[in-house]
Amino acid sequence: MALSTSSNFAKPDDAFRAVVEAHRGLTEAQSADLDAALVLVLANHIGDIDVLREAIALAKRRMLEASQQQQQQQQQ
Amino acid sequence: MAQANNQFGYLRHPDQDRVAANAAEYPVVVVGAGPVGLSLAIDLAQRGQAVVLLDDADRIGEGSRAICFSKRSLEYWDRLGVGDRMVEKGVVWSVGKIFHGASQLYQFNLLPEDGHKRPAFINLQQFYAEAYLVDRVRELPAIDLRWRNKVVALESRNDGVALTIETPEGAYRIRASFVIACDGARSSLRKMVGAEFSGQVFEDQFLIADVKMTAAFPTERWFWFDPPFHAGRSALLHKQPDDVWRIDLQLHPDADPVHERKPENVRPRIARMLGHDKFEFEWISLYKFQCRRMDKFIHGRVIFAGDAAHQVSPFGARGANSGLEDAENLSWKLDCVLRGTSPESLLESYHIERSAAADENIRESTRSTDFMAPNSRQEARLRQAVLALAKETEFGKRMVNGGRLSVPSVYDTPLSTPDGDAWCGGPRPGASMPDAPIAGRSGNPQFLTEAFIGAGTGFTLLEFGNGAAVDAPDGVNTIRIGGDDGFADATGLVGKRYDAEPGTAYLLRPDGYIAARFRRPTQPLLEAALARATGFN
Repeated sequence: MALSTSSNFAKPDDAFRAVVEAHRGLTEAQSADLDAALVLVLANHIGDIDVLREAIALAKRRMLEASQQQQQQQQQ
Repeated sequence: MAQANNQFGYLRHPDQDRVAANAAEYPVVVVGAGPVGLSLAIDLAQRGQAVVLLDDADRIGEGSRAICFSKRSLEYWDRLGVGDRMVEKGVVWSVGKIFHGASQLYQFNLLPEDGHKRPAFINLQQFYAEAYLVDRVRELPAIDLRWRNKVVALESRNDGVALTIETPEGAYRIRASFVIACDGARSSLRKMVGAEFSGQVFEDQFLIADVKMTAAFPTERWFWFDPPFHAGRSALLHKQPDDVWRIDLQLHPDADPVHERKPENVRPRIARMLGHDKFEFEWISLYKFQCRRMDKFIHGRVIFAGDAAHQVSPFGARGANSGLEDAENLSWKLDCVLRGTSPESLLESYHIERSAAADENIRESTRSTDFMAPNSRQEARLRQAVLALAKETEFGKRMVNGGRLSVPSVYDTPLSTPDGDAWCGGPRPGASMPDAPIAGRSGNPQFLTEAFIGAGTGFTLLEFGNGAAVDAPDGVNTIRIGGDDGFADATGLVGKRYDAEPGTAYLLRPDGYIAARFRRPTQPLLEAALARATGFN
């Protein structure tokens, strides 16, 4: 099975909102703790190491590109 | 300190009177009389090879050192005639418990099924294991064990190796067709062949204390993350024979080793852990460790085994046990090459199989170590999440890594014949043979591993009866299950563990690994599998 990147939620805003709200009122450290646990819970639910690796690669690539772009914009 | 019979004398050997140009010649010289070198020498001698075994000391090393010996190692030692002694003295265990803080997270059983001759593990001080092996060596005239014989120089030639050996009475030389270096993590032979030995160094320090006390703890492996008596670090408690307990405490990376290992500084820590101070120290050792292996285990006619070839962190009992697996893997191959029944290239499969096993052991033990000693704040955070989730989820428990204990590797090897038939279980080619209970013709119960020893030291065909027996290739032993003259599978476990149907046959290598398996074995199929497994392909 390949990583699905098409939109899987009927209401994507609900999903995004659920994650956002989970972090409301938390300190940065608590938020990071929550994310760590959440990643592991979701990874186990997926239960497919290839999909997990794909997901990690995608997230990492986008984050690195995004932060590079930000830096370039700041330099301009 | 408790020790087994451990002091051996240096004896002058007639080889020392020979001039260098007329040095004595031997088929095999094994360097290093630790568990690996001793086992290898015994194995070779039992196969009919004459072995010279050299050791630079004249005594068995002090301290418990390796203490966990695996089922696989015990099955090997059974073949070498020392298994019973090890198990009689050792502490048998199969249950491990993991604690976080003051509470238990979960427990695991490393051998949850019956019908195996040997337990998952025994704990036994290394000096006992070595002493029993030395006793066995003395029963075998084919082994010439020379204490205080230190190899100081090595010259490689196309057809052998010349060794210069230093003794209390000066140096002498011998020649060997093959030299097997089992001379430990600080191998001097490795330096002599100029081999690289690089890998990852871990900064965390661990303190081992073996203490003597009578205690009512069960014979289980207990591992703590962040225990109340040792906040923020990890700890391990494990029982050995003679009322000795192994305690392993993770220290801070900047802890001062000289200060930390002083008994007066160790004592309060242990007392906090045990809740009392009624114990005596047997051994205290402070260590850091590295995970590394040689690129090539074979350098011409010098072959490396055990810690000389690879080193792992101690969490997982993968050091001594993997060294013993090296010995069982190498000895039959070397025997075939020395007899001329296999090409020398067969030895290359030793490197292929055992270096892959070393990589696996390094990977597993590195993961355990990283879990115990996270390298960054985010790693610590992920570990914290796993420990927190483990309290109420099964997946979290299984992610907690307090050491993954040694199990034999499954080899992807040119010696295996790939499956051509359909299987829905049983050991695949390259896997080690699982044990199972069987019964002899008179109904006497025994185990498959015992029948394997009884069959002889070579290749063995494990055959599940279906009318007339298959003609095994020349020189191949047979174990027949079922039929008129075979062993009975009274419990059905042999058939189950081998996914057997009438007619099924497994070709077992001399080290008890599966070379090939067939639903309908024929003479040509078996001949081809045997040829492949002995280095002809």
